[in-house]
Amino acid sequence: MSAKGRPEREYRSAQHEGTPVSAAAIIRHRRFYRGALGVAVLLACWEFFARSGMYSKAITPPLESILRQLASMIADGSILLHAGATMLRVFVGLAIALAIAVPLGMLMGRYPLWERLLRPVVSVFMPIPSLAWVPLVVLWFGIGNVATVLVVVYASVFPLLYQVWAGVRAVNPLWVRAATVMNANASQLFGLIIWPAALPFIITGLRLSFGRAWIAVIGGELLASPNWGLGKVIFDAAEFLNADVMLAALIVIGAIGLFFERVVFQALEAATVERWGMATSASR
Amino acid sequence: MTGRVARAATGALVFVLLALAWEAVSRAGVFPPKLFPGLGTVATTLLRLGADGTLLVAAGATLFRLFFGFLIAAVVGVVVGILMGRHAWFEDTLLPIVSFLYPIPGLAYAPLFVLWFGLGDVPTILLVGVASSFTVIINSWKGVKSVKVIWIRSAQSMGANDRAMFIKVILPAALPYVLTGLRLGLAQAWRILVAVEMLMSVTHGLGWLIFGSQQFLNTDVMLSSIVVIGIVGMLLESQLFERLERATVVRWGMMSA
Repeated sequence: MSAKGRPEREYRSAQHEGTPVSAAAIIRHRRFYRGALGVAVLLACWEFFARSGMYSKAITPPLESILRQLASMIADGSILLHAGATMLRVFVGLAIALAIAVPLGMLMGRYPLWERLLRPVVSVFMPIPSLAWVPLVVLWFGIGNVATVLVVVYASVFPLLYQVWAGVRAVNPLWVRAATVMNANASQLFGLIIWPAALPFIITGLRLSFGRAWIAVIGGELLASPNWGLGKVIFDAAEFLNADVMLAALIVIGAIGLFFERVVFQALEAATVERWGMATSASR
Repeated sequence: MTGRVARAATGALVFVLLALAWEAVSRAGVFPPKLFPGLGTVATTLLRLGADGTLLVAAGATLFRLFFGFLIAAVVGVVVGILMGRHAWFEDTLLPIVSFLYPIPGLAYAPLFVLWFGLGDVPTILLVGVASSFTVIINSWKGVKSVKVIWIRSAQSMGANDRAMFIKVILPAALPYVLTGLRLGLAQAWRILVAVEMLMSVTHGLGWLIFGSQQFLNTDVMLSSIVVIGIVGMLLESQLFERLERATVVRWGMMSA
């Protein structure tokens, strides 16, 4: 391709700065500075509002006291214990949900009888918000881990089941027929064909379920107030009007959620479905 | 005909098994009968509360809050999402904020909103609006970004001005995503609202009914409310948006039903 055919922007910037800078790098730069500007404006507005004295400082604390609170909670390790308790509930709940949803979803996707059996039950229970069950579950199992984990399971099992089911139905029938012709037995069919072919859907389901579970666990901890957990931190802080503690806990909740969404699940997708060429990289 | 009967029977089979299991647990006395009432008691309570209007008033109050909360989310979400999709400046500035706030469960703000706005309907509606707007923003933004460049170019070369471009090309092309966002946003608003009602000590509402009954161990009332919540949730999903989609994007051939 001749120099004339190069993207115009690249050509111009090379002229200005003497070194070739790609258009993509310029866009990345611009994105970073504008993003930083947006965050800075938001924080400045908050700071102005907090210091203006419209509300008391206990209710709208300035950034400095939120950060100091966050630092002290990290330093004495309490926030880590709370976050750990919350994460543990999410993981145990998700593991149980996986153990329920993967086999049932595969049966539903593969055998019409199972679909006819389970589909009505799923469509009746799915629209009920998991948090509606909290007061009832607390009456049955008391305040604590059992109640919160059950709520997480309820919240995460349905999106997962739905995705596994859809994933199994989306498996290329040609592959299934080819495997059957080559005398694959049921376990080979599920293990070698259906499971990997449905995996992109299952990972999507896991991602959705994590989002639901994350909401459910915080809600469960707010309503059932066990001894530990990020929801419990917020609940306790509300009793003493410690808005700085609440905001510090919110920052931790947001950071963990963002970390899982952006780092863990993207790495998981890169290591499995993208590497196997089953799906293109998710957009940013 | 027999096929349909057999199909309905298989569908009902699991419900019968679940009902039997429930009755068995209830009668075996694993839990005190007050905490785990039999199905007969629940059905009687459901009928009684349905007849005297308690459930109707509660569902009405909840739907009222849902409507206004979702209205906020829909307006803010669609406007911000489309602006982000149309103007790089908006996108670059807002995306970091939106992606940080998006994974924070809306419910976690509830105690903070109580501090700021007090108790009652206003903070409940605001919280539901804020919490469900992010899904709408993200989907509307993706919808505008996914409009085919070739459509925009051909409209441009045919001399479309900004207004025509937006109304005749961008909006319809982004609509499947926007509708998906609204649908997900409504579902999210519904899920959060029930829990928010428990935390905001509102008067009336399905969440309030459940939470209030906990104090008096009225598990039959709680279960009746959960039944109503399930029915309303199902109707919202199947009646509202499926109709809307059929009337717009499916009819225009942009999505198959």
